[in-house]
Amino acid sequence: MPQSGSPWRQGVLRKSHCKFSKEIENSVKMAIDTSTDLTGSRIREQRMARGLKQGALAEAVGVSPSYLNLIEHNHRRIGGKLLLKLARVLDVEPSTLTEGADAELSALLDASARAQAGLGAETDRIDEMAARFPGWTALIAAQERRVQRLDAQIEALRDRLAHDPVLSEAMHEVLSSVAAIRSTADILVREADLDPAWRGRFHRNLHEEAERLSEQATGLLAQFEAPDAEGGSPAESVEAMFEAAGHFFPAVEAEGQAAIAGILDQAPGMDSAAARAMGQTRLEEYAEDASALPMERFAEAAEACNFDPVRLVMRLGAEVAPVLRRMASLQPESGVRPLGLAICDAAGAMVHRRRLSGFALPRVAAGCPLWPLYTALARPGQAEVAEIEMPHGARFQSWAVAEMRGGAGFGVAPQVRGVMLVMQMPPDATGAQAIAAGPGCETCTRANCGARRSGAPAV
Amino acid sequence: MKQDNDTLGAAQPLGTGPGTILIVEDESNILEALTFILSRAGWDVRGHGKGDSALGEVARLGPDLLVLDVMLPGMSGFDILRSLRAAPETKDLPVVMLTAKGQSQDRDQARALGADAFLTKPFSNDELLQVITELTPSIAARRAVAGQG
Repeated sequence: MPQSGSPWRQGVLRKSHCKFSKEIENSVKMAIDTSTDLTGSRIREQRMARGLKQGALAEAVGVSPSYLNLIEHNHRRIGGKLLLKLARVLDVEPSTLTEGADAELSALLDASARAQAGLGAETDRIDEMAARFPGWTALIAAQERRVQRLDAQIEALRDRLAHDPVLSEAMHEVLSSVAAIRSTADILVREADLDPAWRGRFHRNLHEEAERLSEQATGLLAQFEAPDAEGGSPAESVEAMFEAAGHFFPAVEAEGQAAIAGILDQAPGMDSAAARAMGQTRLEEYAEDASALPMERFAEAAEACNFDPVRLVMRLGAEVAPVLRRMASLQPESGVRPLGLAICDAAGAMVHRRRLSGFALPRVAAGCPLWPLYTALARPGQAEVAEIEMPHGARFQSWAVAEMRGGAGFGVAPQVRGVMLVMQMPPDATGAQAIAAGPGCETCTRANCGARRSGAPAV
Repeated sequence: MKQDNDTLGAAQPLGTGPGTILIVEDESNILEALTFILSRAGWDVRGHGKGDSALGEVARLGPDLLVLDVMLPGMSGFDILRSLRAAPETKDLPVVMLTAKGQSQDRDQARALGADAFLTKPFSNDELLQVITELTPSIAARRAVAGQG
């Protein structure tokens, strides 16, 4: 542990705290701005939708047209009687004028903007856009949902193509059959004076290979199905179980380890001994954390700390790694920004993850060597706070630590585990020294990276 | 279907073409097609379906060119190539390796081990003939040296 009893690197900690005060200031400012902005814009929208002149509406509610103009252009806050009057005249619920865009919709639009950070979408005006163009907003949100789903599938397939020995063997078989068919068909077409005995032999070979190919293709299609709990690898099944539960298991929160068997019985894909054993281990670790940091108290503290793990560790007096893992079990209703979690062993192999849109965490392939997840492994116990910029410009905050597990006796080496929590940057954050990282060399498009293992950037 | 018999007979009698080619490939239908095409092009072609006895077959036949698959039962094409390059009598035997599409690391490994050419499955018959035509000068040079020795 470093100086002053804090596990965090001091230089970075100060930076993080400075930023935190700015965050509060900005979020308060934003909350105030939002209440005026949104209401004014919506009043204007509703009025124009009804073909009402500004002067007519002003007269109907008993204010001057110039005052209504200030309200509509977000220069005056309104509430109380005037708001109710406006709602009555415009024939809408007052909440229609005051409520912001649906939270999920905002999150999707925000994610969409982050994925294309270079295009400069006006993320600070999402609510205004949702109010003015509900159809377009719904369309962007639907597209973003689709992109996220497809991204997850692509990531899973990339993992498989690069590292799955079963798939590699199946591909080899398919290519062998295709090679045989191509050569044989070419002979049959080109050799006009082919001996009937050879011709018959090649026809039989062609038939045989076509039969084999159709069997292989059926088998391959099953391999290429999107990862789901049924028929996936043990790690995929366990991950699917956590994803389906939103990484939160109320039964384990309430009953601890006693609830694990029941959860495993009900989760799909847990029929195999390997998947069940892996699921058991992950849930036992979950139960351990849940017992040390019960969710109700943890969620309250997290909210009070504005979901900043640095402050949360101090407030709870807890170890860093369990706090990072518990953060990953916070539910969206708590107001936490979308987050991802990666846990790796000392060899860097991914043991457990919670996926985050825009920040690929490969399950099988190696991640980016620049991630604090790996640099933390070199300094067990010393936590790291860092900002990470992905190749397409999206920025994330990260908190990482390597913890020791077991190894209490003399001569017994403890197991080292890296834990990294990744969170989307707040919309108004202006990070200065971000680590220029990527999703892992195999799929990284970043050129001129000193940490690249080999090969050219992925296209 | 795996090729279990040791060596597939050539479509033409030995000794009448521009040289002898040994194809080591465990997929019998590919082996038959390649044997036919190369025989038509005038080569004496022998086929062999096993990795572990391929080195013995090379020693026995003394081919002018070897067409070698990567994935073979008993011994991989890479291990066979490594052994060939380590032995004085086969260190410069022209070898065409058959690799699978998308397996760029296979090509890299074959190149590092000293393969003379690659064919990526599924290849066309024209590609096969083209690659072998390009290797003809080195085959002729090797034969000339052997003739002098």
